Amino acid sequence: MMMKTIMQFLAFIIFSSAVCADEVYDVLLESMTDKNFVTVERLKQDELQAFCSQPRSASADEARAAELRAAALSDVPIPSDQNYLGDWQRGEKVASNGRGLQYSDDPEQENGGNCYACHQLDPAEVAYGNLGPSLSGYGARGQSIAMLQYTWTKLWNTHAYNICSHMPRFGAAGILTEQQLRDVMAFLFDPQSPVNRTQP
Amino acid sequence: MNKGFMRVIFTVLIGLWSVTLLSDTEGVFDQYREMLGDDNPAIFVIFDGEEIWYAPAGPKSVSLEQCDLGLGPGVVEGAYAQLPRYFPDVDRVQDVEARLEYCMTQLQGLTTEEVRGKPYSLRGDLGTELEALVAWIADQSSGLAIAPGQAHAKERATYALGENLFYYRAGPHDFSCATCHEQTGRRIRLQALPNLTTHPGAAEAYSSWPAYRISQGIVRTMGWRMRDCMRQQRMPELIMGSQASVALQTYLAVNGAGASMAAPGLKR
Repeated sequence: MMMKTIMQFLAFIIFSSAVCADEVYDVLLESMTDKNFVTVERLKQDELQAFCSQPRSASADEARAAELRAAALSDVPIPSDQNYLGDWQRGEKVASNGRGLQYSDDPEQENGGNCYACHQLDPAEVAYGNLGPSLSGYGARGQSIAMLQYTWTKLWNTHAYNICSHMPRFGAAGILTEQQLRDVMAFLFDPQSPVNRTQP
Repeated sequence: MNKGFMRVIFTVLIGLWSVTLLSDTEGVFDQYREMLGDDNPAIFVIFDGEEIWYAPAGPKSVSLEQCDLGLGPGVVEGAYAQLPRYFPDVDRVQDVEARLEYCMTQLQGLTTEEVRGKPYSLRGDLGTELEALVAWIADQSSGLAIAPGQAHAKERATYALGENLFYYRAGPHDFSCATCHEQTGRRIRLQALPNLTTHPGAAEAYSSWPAYRISQGIVRTMGWRMRDCMRQQRMPELIMGSQASVALQTYLAVNGAGASMAAPGLKR
């Protein structure tokens, strides 16, 4: 009886110690199977994902955060011709399209950005999420090079400015093509875009 | 009265109704729920589940009556509310699906592959045996407090693992469960998102699964909900009853502990 209590206590100490990331990965690897074009390769974390997987209660490592932020920023390819703006109408389609990269999706179709899942854009569209800030009227910020570069970077790799943001790295992770990103940029900035129509 | 026939009629009516609603919002589903009152089409699935439990099946042609869901062989009432829990016979923490898999392989002689082959319906299916069993078992805990085991070291370790899985970001979109479910008052498009890190959010979510999905005309289990969230996170397919599935459900059940089970619920 005493022995059993001691064993249980020891087991508690062992099991209640911090679960390390490798263990979580191993559990996931055993708990999941490849499905269609989606393989368990996706379960492997890169440095940024590993850093941003801490429960809220965990204390932040500021030095490491700064390092990863700098690495993200240095990897953003700025269009050499400074041509940031594509076609807002095509960008609107990218913003509305929520398909892409789920095992239930057709990999032959182009990926969407699913911007409306989290952001308000065209004020006339009522089905928008609020995980991210409203971007209605974004074009009012003007089209200075600084503003264009900032927004491009935010879309390419959000962690360059906001480490551990919930937003996907649309450029860096290859979710959207450069042309799709230029089109989304136009959707945000173009004065003709519904994003910038006068709020009712 | 022919139950099967009634169920088909019901499903067709619900199907027609939901098709007219698909473009509409949560408000209409609320209206529909109101119209149904205390009636829930899941009742037919619950009947099926009870029949399946008592029917001899598998190579050994025995029923699940000797299956121990944690309160002793054959005790179903109140069992769901105390899951996931540690089972000494397997030395593991199991949810209802992992436990049913164990009973089906051990008692009935089915293979793991047979049980795991197609646990959840695809769209358009009329439901699987597992879904019916889970609906019935959960219904037998309706109104009881969510009280998952946390006395055993492995139960606490499973909770800790669940929390870490909840925050684990991976895949092309860097998503984790926390991406959508660690804030309060948020929604994706028009769909409200419970904050599963808090008691009210976890309680609301956990107590209402399994649920009858109006738009799909079938009962969905909590295990299916985990799998589908993983799909939306761009992850591979989550295996029913797997350690990750059990740990995530443990995380939710413990966060929601104390609230009353209200499953099978009714969802859009």
